[in-house]
Amino acid sequence: MLTFLFTLAILFVEFFKTGLFAVGGGLATIPFIREMGAAHGWITEAEIANIIAIAESTPGPIGVNTATYVGFKVAGIPGSVIATIGLVTPSVIIIILVAGAIRRYSDSHLIKSLFTSIRPAAIGLITAAGFSLLLVAIGVKADFLQFRFSADLYTLLKLGLYGVFLFFAFWKKTSRIHPLFFILTGGALGAILSL
Amino acid sequence: MSLTKLYFMFVRIGSMMIGGGYSMLPLLIRELVERHQIITEDELTDYMAVAQCTPGVIAINVATFVGYKVRRIKGAVIASLGVILVPMILIVLIAALLQSIAGYPIVQHIFAGIRIAVCALITASVYKLYRKTVVNPTTFSMFLLAFLLVAVGGVSPVFIVLGAAVVGLAWGGLKRC
Repeated sequence: MLTFLFTLAILFVEFFKTGLFAVGGGLATIPFIREMGAAHGWITEAEIANIIAIAESTPGPIGVNTATYVGFKVAGIPGSVIATIGLVTPSVIIIILVAGAIRRYSDSHLIKSLFTSIRPAAIGLITAAGFSLLLVAIGVKADFLQFRFSADLYTLLKLGLYGVFLFFAFWKKTSRIHPLFFILTGGALGAILSL
Repeated sequence: MSLTKLYFMFVRIGSMMIGGGYSMLPLLIRELVERHQIITEDELTDYMAVAQCTPGVIAINVATFVGYKVRRIKGAVIASLGVILVPMILIVLIAALLQSIAGYPIVQHIFAGIRIAVCALITASVYKLYRKTVVNPTTFSMFLLAFLLVAVGGVSPVFIVLGAAVVGLAWGGLKRC
């Protein structure tokens, strides 16, 4: 019982931290979830990609979906509630603080400078997290010094598949298609090709 | 507006919101501006802008803003709790289902395919964010430094955000002098 309460406390703290530092929306939580996975072994990189797929195809903010999933995996329903509340709490507090002074807030010279500096760094974080998810998804060892291809043919196949998806995600005529369609196609191809 | 009505209004919004970020803007305009008329479109745009650059989940930030406007702190908490209700229930159900079927090879193949599609989607989203934010050598160096420190150096994202905040404040302070 005591260990369980302790786990819940850690869940709360970890997701509070994520809510406090993840600037820029859902994807910004990924770097923090990755770090959590490395520190506590709660979640693997492959699972993170799975969750993003689930989050993209179900209602609700990606950050909330991820917190609920990880919390549930670690400590059942109490875990899912605690993790989600932890994620949401900093947002609620910060917005209540700035809601009264929104005009003054957005005009402040110092605040502007603060966010022109944080935003590109936050995108750097997300890019790094996305890159490592990609390495896992196509089956490349995430060691920068020795790129080892796990199943040579499959990695090439997966890389090609990624290229095709990337093309459709960027091509003007198809880029507005709902993410769910990409995810379903990916799942079908995964089953057909036994990836 | 009563707290109960506010709560269920946001439960409804939370259950229809797919994707997050700016993709929820049309939904919020329809529900909050046109249907319930509790905020104007200009206010919503302001909220979205602040929500983008303050920490936390954007949808929660917007819900807190609207709730705060309607019923102050109580409203802010109630609106945020409303948004997360349906997504939480759905994910718990999916997570429970997944745990019982995750062992089947076919499920693993399906998710292997899904992961590749998701990576392409992430790449496209990150590129959009990148083009909007990284516009000059200063922002590019912040981007590159953060990327390298995490990808190669394994530095915790917390320190990157704190470091970037310090740089931003110092830079802003220097320019004013």
